[in-house]
This record gives sequence, structure tokens and C-alpha cells, in this order.
Amino acid sequence: MSLWLRMLLCLWMGLFVPLHQAIAETHVTGGEPTLTVGSKRFTESYILGEIIARIATQVGEARVVLRPGLGNTGILIAALKSAEIDLYPEYTGTIVREILHSPTPLSLAEMNQQLAPLGLAASIPLGFNNTYALAMREDLAEQLHILTISDLKNHPELRLGLTQEFIGRQDGWPGLKARYGLPYPTPRGIDHGLIYGAIDAKQVDVMDAYTTDAMLERYPIRILQDDLAYFPDYEAVLLYRAELPTRLPRTWAALGVLEDALPASEMIKLNSQAEQGRVSVGQVARDYLTSRSITTSSATYSANPSANPSITSSTNPSITSSANPSANPSATPGVGYVAMHASPVSPWQHFLQTMFADDFWRLTREHIVLVMSALMISICVGVPLGVLAYRFNVIRQPVLGSISVIHTIPSLALFALFIPLLGRIGFAPAICALVLYGLLPIVRNTYSGLSDISAEIKESAQVLGLGSLYRLLHIELPLASRSILSGIKTSAIINVGTATIAAFIGAGGFGERIAQGLALNDNVMLLAGAIPAAALALIVHALFEYQERWLVPKGLRAEPSRAISADRVLRGQKLND
Amino acid sequence: MIRFLDVSKRLSEEFELKNITLTIVQGSTTAVIGSSGSGKSTLLRLISGLIQPDQGAIFVNQHNIAQADLSVLRRQIGFMVQQGGLFPHLDAAQNVLILGRYLKLDAAWLAQRLDTLCQLVSLPLSLMQRYPHQLSGGQRQRVALMRSLMLDPPILLLDEPLGALDPIVRSDLQHELKELFRKLNKTVVLVTHDLNEADRLAGRLVLMDQGQIVQDGTFRDLVDRPATRYVERFVSAWQHRSDQVQEGAL
Repeated sequence: MSLWLRMLLCLWMGLFVPLHQAIAETHVTGGEPTLTVGSKRFTESYILGEIIARIATQVGEARVVLRPGLGNTGILIAALKSAEIDLYPEYTGTIVREILHSPTPLSLAEMNQQLAPLGLAASIPLGFNNTYALAMREDLAEQLHILTISDLKNHPELRLGLTQEFIGRQDGWPGLKARYGLPYPTPRGIDHGLIYGAIDAKQVDVMDAYTTDAMLERYPIRILQDDLAYFPDYEAVLLYRAELPTRLPRTWAALGVLEDALPASEMIKLNSQAEQGRVSVGQVARDYLTSRSITTSSATYSANPSANPSITSSTNPSITSSANPSANPSATPGVGYVAMHASPVSPWQHFLQTMFADDFWRLTREHIVLVMSALMISICVGVPLGVLAYRFNVIRQPVLGSISVIHTIPSLALFALFIPLLGRIGFAPAICALVLYGLLPIVRNTYSGLSDISAEIKESAQVLGLGSLYRLLHIELPLASRSILSGIKTSAIINVGTATIAAFIGAGGFGERIAQGLALNDNVMLLAGAIPAAALALIVHALFEYQERWLVPKGLRAEPSRAISADRVLRGQKLND
Repeated sequence: MIRFLDVSKRLSEEFELKNITLTIVQGSTTAVIGSSGSGKSTLLRLISGLIQPDQGAIFVNQHNIAQADLSVLRRQIGFMVQQGGLFPHLDAAQNVLILGRYLKLDAAWLAQRLDTLCQLVSLPLSLMQRYPHQLSGGQRQRVALMRSLMLDPPILLLDEPLGALDPIVRSDLQHELKELFRKLNKTVVLVTHDLNEADRLAGRLVLMDQGQIVQDGTFRDLVDRPATRYVERFVSAWQHRSDQVQEGAL
């Protein structure tokens, strides 16, 4: 079998999986009405998403799909506009500032006026305001008689611990300091997750917090009153496609029960339950709805946590069916957490259960499909680009330079960049970003593999009178194959890692767990995503080592050390002698 | 026949081939000698059309190569580059036959040709399955020679054909090559830095220095009537060396 046949075979096998996937993807479940609920990437949003999905399922008007933890506001708005989701929980302050870019606060009615041209609407205030606040240890505040932010002015000796985000935001520290005339220099920022520990250990005295922070329940902390009404409102509401109430009227009516149903104290409680990690987010939502008699405990939706619901539902129905808590009490569906109903299990068991939860194979498949599809496209684009860069001096620097520049773009930024370009989230923009990332090692190694061929070899091919395409296919590319393959290997391994970031734009894969773990401060969940991803990288590495044996021409494989030294000798020779 | 008509070629700031006029007749063996950097290899690269002259013209069999179809021209020239230039990813047979396969010649004819060429350079056919790195230096040079003889071209260009070989192999191969040139009756141009080798293999010696031909004649011409001081020094350096070898042998 010729070398090229073998290479084509490999390409075909690589393409087969993604193609198969793509074909399966086109057979989306027929005309059944669907409601897709989105949520953001933090505990509160996860819980609210679950609550909305469960209420909607109880109605039975539409098939309900939940796409939890979708990155930032921009990603969710893009998904909402392109009808990939129908609604998600949002905050009024965010709508005003980040979506409508209004410099002044707006009432809900004004907001809706401006959202209407976008085909969006906001309503059903949930009853709590999750805004910024300053907070202190209860005992210290009591001792110093501090109740309001204004009271701080008399205590310039207090030490501040603020998050980077709070310090940087216009509606955060700079404005606050000016409005209240606070006597503190701007401190260095620290991570939100560390502030509670720092204030508990009395390393700092005043911190910034969110008013529904789960930690507020766990630590004896006093929220200082915003007596000058500086902080904007971040009332939780539902943001949805304007056509939703008419398209699914019964579902919409049912969601009305959420209006003012969640006071801040209740939300703090739910956040705290979820973040303690003993109960899944799905369980928290279910318990809340049952206790309020909003839904019965048996109510569940055909939860499809997949970022790409059609894949799961069309290619692996067993996952969908197993997502029924009554059928499988040990693992709760929804976002794929393992429910740990207070039953004592060892941390090791807990980890294993989390790792091999029901979504394990789905995530594995998504991850592999993502990496392989991107890799195949990178090869099909990268190798010819490398050849062109080698053949034509004019385009060498532009090609190699611009591909290097792509690598300096942070991966999340590159992923996010493709969302507006393609007008959608999920698989497509993820593939585009991964392809671009995968190009550099392939193009570079193709180019350098070809240019490293010794001048004698190139000349002897030329003086034999072989055509240039024949020389490329039969001499130059085979001689560069080792270098090209190692570029492809590097690209694949980089992609396995980079693909974990793709979860932030809803493309699924092991990154989903990593992102959830980060958002929920859940290290077990984080590791349950990171370890399989690392294992996958090792497997890819091993497979390529094996493939190299198969693909690199025999004459280049045996005694590589000697071949290389001989090659060096050849290259070292003068030509114009 | 190969003819250089007032050919000049600038290759770098420091190196230039200047006003070369040279005629090499059909069926003769010519050795181009000189030290490294004298422009010997450039002469061969000009003949094969790898580089084009800045000035002057080169004729191969009456055709100006500036106007010739290079692929046709190159099939009339067997060119063995320095170190042989074997393709390391192909075995010996594939190296020898690559041009025939590219031209889609009949497989049976190719097999027969391989056999003939093996006999010509005294290599067993069994070695043809080996890859270049599995062959000795002398065997590699023979395979490279077979490859350049594949289509039985009328012209043979050899760039340091025995360059990297140890003295015994080198001496053996010199004899074989001489025999071969006689048998094949081709127009041979070989480049070497070794005056004795040039003497053994070729009837006519062209001595080059700094991009110019300094003397063109037989070995005896160079020894007895050196044209310049440089020729004298070049010749005496080699005589001195062979004297040393002879003393060592005694």
C-alpha cells in the first residue's frame, strides 16, 4: 500500500467520526415544540435554570432542554437572538448596562421598550436583588457601631479586601469611593473565593460581596446599608425571546409563579445548599419547588445537559432516558452532578461517581469529536499552507506571521470572537477557533520539514527531471513526514487542552465539568473534568507514537540517529564549490 | 557536445564565475579540478540548467539550454550530485528506478534495466532492497551512479563521485569508473579536487581558480608547462602528497 493511500485512509477514518456526527445532527427531532432554557456560569444561575426547566416540564407543553452554564452575557444574548435558547435568568443592572448600554438606570417598562427591537423581553421579577455590597465581620461592625457605608468614613484604620472586578468596574469601587468620600487608598485585588477566608482570619475588615452570596449564610458577616443608594439594582428577572409567551402560553403562564417567589434570604439559602457540594443543583431546585408545592417531586424534564442537545438525543437515546431520577436515584440528571443525599461515602467514591457519572461517555464523545473534526480541518488547511509557504517566498512571512499572531489571542477570546461572526454558540464557533489554534504547529512543521531537506536531495530530484508535483508528493512530503506528523501530534494535544475552554461557549466536552467546577467552587467536579481531559491527551500522544511507526517511510525510521547525522553532513556541504 | 560561450554567473558578493569559454567533445572524459570555492560545481549546475548564466550561452548538443525544455534536457544528462543525493526514504531499487516510474516505463523493461545496471557497477541485485543508510559508502555511490545511468543518457555529470570514500575503496572505484567510461563511450564531465584522480579518470583536465579557467590540457601539460604560478603550486602540492604516500609505502 502506497504511503499516500495510507495517509488518505487515516484522513478518511478521522473524518468519518465527525461526518457521521454531522449527519446525525441534521436529524433533529421533528416538529415537537421545544423550550430551551439557558443559564450563566455561576451557582445562582445554575439553580434558577434548573427551577425554570422543572416548572416548564411540569406543564408538558413542550420538550424542555436545559443548557446550563453558558459563559458570559454576550454568549447568552447571542444564543437568545439566534433562538438557540428561549430564555434565561438575568439581572436588570446587566440588561441596562451590558445589553442596552444605557448610562442611566431604566425601569422594567423602559427596558422592554428598548429590548423590543432586539426581539427580546424581560419580565417576572423573581424577588431578589443580587447587587454589590460592602460587608464586615458581625462582631467588628457591632463593636464599631457600623451599620451603613457612610459609617466607614470615621474608621480609616480598617483594612479593605476587594475583588479585582469590583475595583475595576465603573459601578464598583471608584464610584463608591467618590460618592461616599471614603478615606481608603485603593487596595490590591484578591480573588472572590479567598476573601471570606481572609475576613474570617481577620486579615481584612471590609470586603465586597454579592447580596445573595452563599457565603453570607456560612460566615457571621454584616451587609452594610447602601444609605446613599449608590449600587445599581440587579433584580433577577427572566430574559426571553419576545415570541415565547404566545408560542408556549401555558408554559409562560406557569412560570408566573416565580414572580416574587425568591426573596434574597431564600436565594442565599439555595446558593449555600448547592455550594456545600453535598447536594446537586438539580436536587436543590427540586427540593425548593416541592417545598413550595410548585411542582411534585416526580416532575422532571427530559433533561439534556448537552451543549448540543441534538447530538445526544439523536445518537444516544439511552442518556436521555437515564436522566430520570426515579430510574436512577444515585445520579441526578440535569447538569450531571452526582447527588450525594447526605449518605456517607468516601471522598474517593465520591470522586469516582462524579467522574463516571451518566454524562461521562457523552462528554468523552463530544470532546473527541471536537478535537478530531478540528484536527482534520487543520490538516487539510495547514499542510497545503505549509507547502505554499515553502514554495513561494512572497507569502512565507505573511502566512507564518499571521498564524503565529492567532496563537497570541487568548483562547477564550478567540472562541468568543466566532460567536458574533457565526451568529451562534456551541460546536461551530468552537471548531473554528480550534482549527485556527491547530494550524500553527502543522503549518510550521510542514514548512520546516520541507525546508530542512538537504540541498543535495532536492537538487538530485530536480536534475533527474522529475516534475515538481511528483517531487513534492514522492520525495519532499515523505521526507518531511516525520516533522509534519509531529506537528499534527502537537496540534492534537494542544486541541485536547484547548477544547476544554470550548465548554464556555457551550460546545460541551470535559470542559463542561471544569467550568462547572470553577463556577461552583467544586474541586471534585473540576478534577472529574480535568483528569479525563489529561488522560485523553496522553492517549492521543500514544496513538500518534504508534501511527508514526506506520506512516513515516521505512527508510527514515530505522537508525534515526545515523540518518540525522548523515543529513547534517549533507546540509553542511557547500554548494558553490 | 557541451559548449560554454563566454559564460559569467554571479552567485554571491564574493563569488563569480567569469568569462568561461569551453568546448567538451562527444565521448570524451573531462575532469574539472580546483580547490573548494573555485567554481567547479557551478559549472555542472549550469550545464544541467539548475542555474542560468547572467551572460553568455551554454549549448548542449547544439541546443542553447536557455531555450531548451529543461525536463527533456535533463533526461539526456545523468547527473550524480555530491554525496550521491540518494533519497533516504526509498530503497536502492526505488532510487534507481524513480525516473523510469515517473515516466511510466514498462515494468518488465525496468526490471531488466535494473539487472543490467547492477552488473555494470558490480552490485549484487540483492542489495537493491536496502535503504541508503543500510549501504556502505561505496555501495551508495554505485547506486547513485546507476540512478544517473537509468535512461542511458549521452552525457554524464559527476560531482565529486568518490568524495567521501576511504582510500582503498576510492582507488578500486577509480579503476572501475575508468573502465566504465571506456565501455559506455559517454561525454563525461567530472568534478574533483584530487589531481591524481583526475589524471586516472580523464584525458583532459580543466583547472579552475576563483571562478576562472586557469589551464586546460592534459595532466602532463599541467605538470610540465604550468600556465600560472597557481597551477604550479597546485600541481606541486599534489606531487608532494603522492611522494609522501610512496615514501610511506616503502
